[in-house]
Amino acid sequence: MSKPIVATTSLAGCFGCHMSLLDIDERILELIELVEFNKSPVDDIKVFTKQCDIGLIEGGCCNSENVHVLKEFRKNCKILVSLGECAIMGGLPALRNGIPVKECLQEAYLDGPTVIENSGKILPNDDELPMILDKVYPCHEIVKIDYYLPGCAPRADLIWNALIALVTGDELKLPYEVVKFD
Amino acid sequence: MAEKIKFTIDGKECYAEQGQTILAAALDNGVYIPSLCYLKDLIPAGSCRICNVKVSGRFMTACTTPVNDGMEVENNTPELEELRKSIVEMLFVSGNHFCPACEKSGNCELQALAYKYQMMVPRFPYIFPEKEVDPSSPKLFIERNRCILCKRCIRSIKDESGKSLFAFKKRGNKLMINLDHELAATMTDEMAEEAMEICPVGSILRKEKGFDQPIGHRKFDKQAIGSDIKSVI
Repeated sequence: MSKPIVATTSLAGCFGCHMSLLDIDERILELIELVEFNKSPVDDIKVFTKQCDIGLIEGGCCNSENVHVLKEFRKNCKILVSLGECAIMGGLPALRNGIPVKECLQEAYLDGPTVIENSGKILPNDDELPMILDKVYPCHEIVKIDYYLPGCAPRADLIWNALIALVTGDELKLPYEVVKFD
Repeated sequence: MAEKIKFTIDGKECYAEQGQTILAAALDNGVYIPSLCYLKDLIPAGSCRICNVKVSGRFMTACTTPVNDGMEVENNTPELEELRKSIVEMLFVSGNHFCPACEKSGNCELQALAYKYQMMVPRFPYIFPEKEVDPSSPKLFIERNRCILCKRCIRSIKDESGKSLFAFKKRGNKLMINLDHELAATMTDEMAEEAMEICPVGSILRKEKGFDQPIGHRKFDKQAIGSDIKSVI
């Protein structure tokens, strides 16, 4: 039987969840025996080359590109997992949800204390750039998400236990220490 | 001493003082009933509804209902635990609870209940309401994004004349906690410390203090909420 295929991505996230995946330490050797990776920053495969079984999504949706990638993942993965607080509820990027986008951009590009040179008073608005959304959306408000692994970042043991449960079909082990929101 | 009243929680025989509430009596008998707004020795508010129990087929808040002789209380049932979990999830979506950035994370009772119920994601859509932070008092931040309106601060933080330093302002979904700035100016460090301590979430924060306990050493990092309440009989 061929190995289950895993894809991963980081949308509006900080790659902390991916770092936490690497925190499974030497178990990564066991993991590559159990699964094959497809589109993922881990192996630098940039486009889906086959249908995947499990998609791990880090980060919420803050721009049109995030939405596009998330929809691609939904199309190409049988099971989607929201990995971490940002995918689940927007996380720190969602702190801007109460502030109008215009104000955010003005602060970042015009008025902020770290703005040194923007004499043209330019706000980024090129067709090549992904459009920023009105607020940061949790992934499950854009596509159907099958499972959720909270944490900032989710504990390595939680990711490991979840992957093993998904791959083997065994019940997910959830000791008290692994489900944390920070 | 007045005679004790006999009642049961999930079939376990318990004893209560006359007029004692189900929640207070349960704690005396070593039974944990999950709660957020309840605080020992304060007049109960019944505002968070987490402590819902079932008495004679009806839902009652354990913190406000006095024990009657022979009362049969249901507490740890799948139906009630599911109901409580749904309330916790509702509280999470009705505020802006960014746990990773919160000073109270690890010591927060709302978060601890979510851990207890292993809440992976709230079943309700996030509201992201707009709330104001009030940094104007000399010793405290009022972080309304996280407030669950439990009234613990109103009921417990008072000056020598018995006046509450905190009060509710506005109504309905605009209801918010407010600090009296004149009284707040006279606040001692101990009072500020106590205010932060009694807040079940991260709404009342000491200024120039925070993140002073490393992860792993905080109240609910290793120990689930309520697990310290042990059966005494």
